[in-house]
Amino acid sequence: MSIFNLFRRANSGNVARERLQILLTHERRSGGSHELVALIHREVIAAIAKHVNIDPDKVEVEIQYRDKVSFLEINLEIPAGERARAA
Amino acid sequence: MGKVLVVTSGKGGVGKTTSTAAIGAALAQTGQKVAVVDFDVGLRNLDLIMGAERRVVFDFINVAQGDANLSQALIRDKRVDTLYLLAASQTRDKDALTEEGVKRVIDELRDRFDWVICDSPAGIERGATLAMRYADSAIVIANPEVSSVRDSDRIIGLLDSKTLKAESGEGIEKHLLLTRYDPARAARGEMLSVEDVLDILSIPLLGIIPESQDVLKASNVGAPVSINSTTSAAAAAYIDAARRLCGVPVPMTRPTEKVSMFGRFFGRRAA
Repeated sequence: MSIFNLFRRANSGNVARERLQILLTHERRSGGSHELVALIHREVIAAIAKHVNIDPDKVEVEIQYRDKVSFLEINLEIPAGERARAA
Repeated sequence: MGKVLVVTSGKGGVGKTTSTAAIGAALAQTGQKVAVVDFDVGLRNLDLIMGAERRVVFDFINVAQGDANLSQALIRDKRVDTLYLLAASQTRDKDALTEEGVKRVIDELRDRFDWVICDSPAGIERGATLAMRYADSAIVIANPEVSSVRDSDRIIGLLDSKTLKAESGEGIEKHLLLTRYDPARAARGEMLSVEDVLDILSIPLLGIIPESQDVLKASNVGAPVSINSTTSAAAAAYIDAARRLCGVPVPMTRPTEKVSMFGRFFGRRAA
């Protein structure tokens, strides 16, 4: 440890680490299973659209892989006017 | 029952074949029976690194397809008599290997050897997934460099999803072998540090292999570096890594380089 550690933030090794951390956080979120996510995305839209009008762009599907369990997160927006129909 | 180990990385040129040969030879030198298996069909190179390129008669695909038996295809090393090579085919393409064929060969090797070390092809395609399919544990090879670490992360994802161990819920044991580590550049902060790579990949460290001219010299003469130049730092690091695989608690040595006071003073600040 020395005073020069103060300058280390600018080192290219640190830049590399920061770039990788950001990139891998994003890549792990899709977990290398883009096909699976795309398939679930399509099928969710098809299933919901039978009952409620939804905007396909407002449907988000994400899989997060963890050591023990993985999470499938589906977020979708139902337009205000559709609430009555859905109920 | 032997242990099946896959040496994999995603990225090419990081040292899979060098490491397969070096760790295989180091393990065999302790008297254990070791088979190194080349999965890089069409682009085989393990035979060349092992110095057995002119002794290949039958290969992995011949055995997998039942055209030759394992004893005919295994090439015994001339220096370490418990070390054997099963070469890949140079003329066939990767589709010649089937999952069933690979399983049969691996099962037979597992019965006959203490260690079966599978040298994976680069990439994440079929050849790489077949090489890891039946493994009990994996050595992930990475260089302290962004593209290599990214690809290693991807390979770890595949190890955790596409291997038999992962599918059975047991999980596959993973080790990180950091290769081509340049202590001088690391000291100047010009490379990802060991801690950075460990932090990002979060799998246990098996060893740090310093960048060394002895690796090229060993491949020039067709000998695993761990038996070709036993005094070199790279060879020592591979031998230590092999001992750790056997469960020996060898302290992790960080490759160092003597840095002059001048270099220390100015080197630290360079970006």
